[in-house]
Amino acid sequence: MKQLLILSGKGGTGKTTIASAFIKLAEARAYADCDVDAPNLHLITGWNTEPEKKDYYGLPKAEIDPEKCTACDLCRQNCRFEAILVEGEYQADPFACEGCGVCEFVCPAGAVTMVPAVAGELMLYTGGEKVFSTAQLKMGSGTSGKLVTEVKKQMKEAAAGVQLAIIDGSPGIGCPVIASLSGVDMVLVVAEPSVSGISDLQRIIDTAAKSGIKTAVCINKFDTNMEKAEEIERFCQDRRLPFIGKIPFDTDAVKAVNNGQTIVDLDCASGRAVKEVYERTMELLFAGGAG
Amino acid sequence: MRIAVLSGKGGTGKTLLAVNLAAVAKNATYIDCDVEEPNGHLFFKPEGVQEEIVTVRVPQVENERCNGCRKCVEFCNFNALAYAKELIVFEEICHSCGGCIMTCPEKALTEKERAIGIVQKGTAGPVRVLTGMLNPGEPSGVPVIKKLLAEENPEASKEIFLDSPPGSACIVMESIKDADYCILVAEPTIFGVHNLNMVYELVRLLKKPFGVVLNKCLAGENPAEKFCLERKIKILGRIPFDQELGRLNSNARIAAAESEKYAALFVDILEAVRGEVRHETVADS
Amino acid sequence: MRIAIPVEEKTSAANVCSSFGRTPYFLIYDTETKESTFLDNSAVASAGGAGIKAAQTIIDNNVGALLTPRCGGNAAAVLQAAEIEIYKTTSPAVKDNIEAFIAGELPLLKEFHAGFHGRGGR
Repeated sequence: MKQLLILSGKGGTGKTTIASAFIKLAEARAYADCDVDAPNLHLITGWNTEPEKKDYYGLPKAEIDPEKCTACDLCRQNCRFEAILVEGEYQADPFACEGCGVCEFVCPAGAVTMVPAVAGELMLYTGGEKVFSTAQLKMGSGTSGKLVTEVKKQMKEAAAGVQLAIIDGSPGIGCPVIASLSGVDMVLVVAEPSVSGISDLQRIIDTAAKSGIKTAVCINKFDTNMEKAEEIERFCQDRRLPFIGKIPFDTDAVKAVNNGQTIVDLDCASGRAVKEVYERTMELLFAGGAG
Repeated sequence: MRIAVLSGKGGTGKTLLAVNLAAVAKNATYIDCDVEEPNGHLFFKPEGVQEEIVTVRVPQVENERCNGCRKCVEFCNFNALAYAKELIVFEEICHSCGGCIMTCPEKALTEKERAIGIVQKGTAGPVRVLTGMLNPGEPSGVPVIKKLLAEENPEASKEIFLDSPPGSACIVMESIKDADYCILVAEPTIFGVHNLNMVYELVRLLKKPFGVVLNKCLAGENPAEKFCLERKIKILGRIPFDQELGRLNSNARIAAAESEKYAALFVDILEAVRGEVRHETVADS
Repeated sequence: MRIAIPVEEKTSAANVCSSFGRTPYFLIYDTETKESTFLDNSAVASAGGAGIKAAQTIIDNNVGALLTPRCGGNAAAVLQAAEIEIYKTTSPAVKDNIEAFIAGELPLLKEFHAGFHGRGGR
C-alpha cells in the first residue's frame, strides 16, 4: 500500500478540498482523515451509512475521592500542570490533567486514583470495497498523536490489499502532524501564496524534512497573489523540492464543497487544475514501481 | 481585558481580526498563541524585539548514585525511562511531571532544562507584540503558550488580543482558559460551520462570554450566519469577501492601517466587542 | 539462549506481529530446552513510548535476541544498551524464523523507524 499524506502548515489552504478531489480521481479504496481535532473530510465523501465507532482512550486522568481527602494540599503543590482545583473540595481538572500520577504518588490518604479516560472517538466507514477511517478528538484533549496513529492503523487493517491510500492531514507542525508522517510514502504540501502562507510553508517543510519522506509542493488559489506564488516556486527550487503545480482560486470550488461535492464533480477551473496536480503526484508517488 | 480570537477551522481570519483589532485599539497588546505557525509578527514587524528561550525540565541521572531499582521506570506513565545496564532518559517523550525525581530512593535523579521554543517581545508603535514559536519537531506547544501568557503584563494595556491556534485541542484550551471574552471567527462554508460548532461547544464548556464575526461574507445564504441565528448567538460584525482586503492580508499589511474604509470596519467590530464586554461586566456586578 | 518474537496470539502457530511496541504478546523460545513460553506485552495500552516499554519487558525477561519485522529507534536504543541483538524476521510464520535464526541465516535489523506520535526517534 502506498500512502500519500496531504499537509499544509497553514490552515485553510485547501487540504481537504484537494484530498477529496484526489480520492475521487483515484477512485481510492482507502482514505483517512488525520485532522482528528477538526475533521472535515466526511462532509464531502458522501457516505450515507453509519460508521463503526470505537472509544479512544488517551492518558488516564486523576480522580480525587472527597471522602478520603484530608485537604493536606500535597497534590496541588506537586502538580506541574495546575490540574488540582480547590473549590470547597479538592478536584482534578480533567482538561489540565496530563495523567502523570504524581498526585496519586504523593497523596498520604490514598484519595487519588488514575482512571481511564475517553479522549475521542474512532470511526470506520466500510462498504463497496472502500474504507474511510476518521476520528474526532474530544475538545481540550491531548494525545492527538496516538489517535492519529489509531486512525491510520484502522485504515490499514481494514484495507489490507489496497494499493493506494490518501490521507488528509491537519494544520500545524505539532504532534498530530508528526504522527501522521510516520510510515507514509509521500507528502504533498498545499501552499498558500501569502506572507503567512510562505512562513508556515517553511516550518512544515522543516518538520517533514526530519522524517526523510519524499515531499512535493503545490500552490492553491495561486492567482490571489502572483508575486508570492512565484516566491514559493523559487523556494521549492532552492530547497530542491518537486513543484507539482498550481490551482487557481475558484468560486465554483466553494459552491461545490458547500453542496458536499468535490471540485472534480463539476467542470470548473480548479477541478481541471487539480487533475493535473493529481496526475503528477501519482507519477512521483509510484516512481520506482508500485508498492 | 483579555479577548481571545479563535475558530475551529484554520484560515478563517483569526490573525486578520486579532491583528487589526489590536491595531485600531492602539494601546493594546497582541499575543500570538499559534506557536506552531505564528503569523501576527509578520504583520506588525515589531521593533526592539527581545527573545527568551522556553525550556522544559527533564530528568538526568547521576549513575554513581543509581542502583538500578527501576522505581522511576515503573512510575513513568509516559514510558520516558528505561533501564539497561544504566538508566536511559527519552527527553522528547518526557512530560516534565517531576514524578521520577520524587520516586527515586537514592536521590540519583535531578532535573535539567531542555529548550523547546522561544518567546519574542517587541513593539509596533503603540501596540505591544508578543509571539511564541515552537521549535519544528517538538510535539507540544503548551509550555510555550504558558510562558507567553505569563509574560503579559495586564496593567500595560487596556486590551489584550490573543490570537489562538486553530482547532479545539489542548493548545487552544491553554490559550483561552484565562480569556475574559471570546470572538469566534467563521467562514461561510460547510467546513467552517462544522468547525465553528466545535469551538462554540468549547467556549460554552468553559463558560466564556462570546460572539461571532462572520468573515469572507458573500451574497446569498451564509451557513455560518444561519448557525448563529438559530442559536441566538451575538454576531459582532460581518467582514465582506473583498479582494483588496484579501490582497492586503496576503501581503501581511495591516488593512486598518492602510485605509480608512478598513479602519472603520474593524473599529465597528471593536466597539461591538467592547459593548458586549461592558454588558457582561454590568451583568456580573 | 532465549529469543523473543512478537506474536498475535498465544500459540506457536501464531503469526509474527507486524509491530514490536504494540504486539499483544511475545513468544519466548529457549534454543537449549526448545521450550516456548508467552509474555503479555503491557505496552500495548500505552499512550506513548510503547516501544520503550516493550523493550524493557524484553530486557527484564532474560532475553538474548529479538526477532521482529520492524522496530522503532527508541526501542532499538534500549535493546542495544542491553546488548540484545535485533534480527529481522523473513516470514510470517514463527517456526520459519526460529529455524533461520538457529541456522544463522536471519539478517540483523539495521533500519529503525521514528516514534509514532510526536516523540523521539529520527
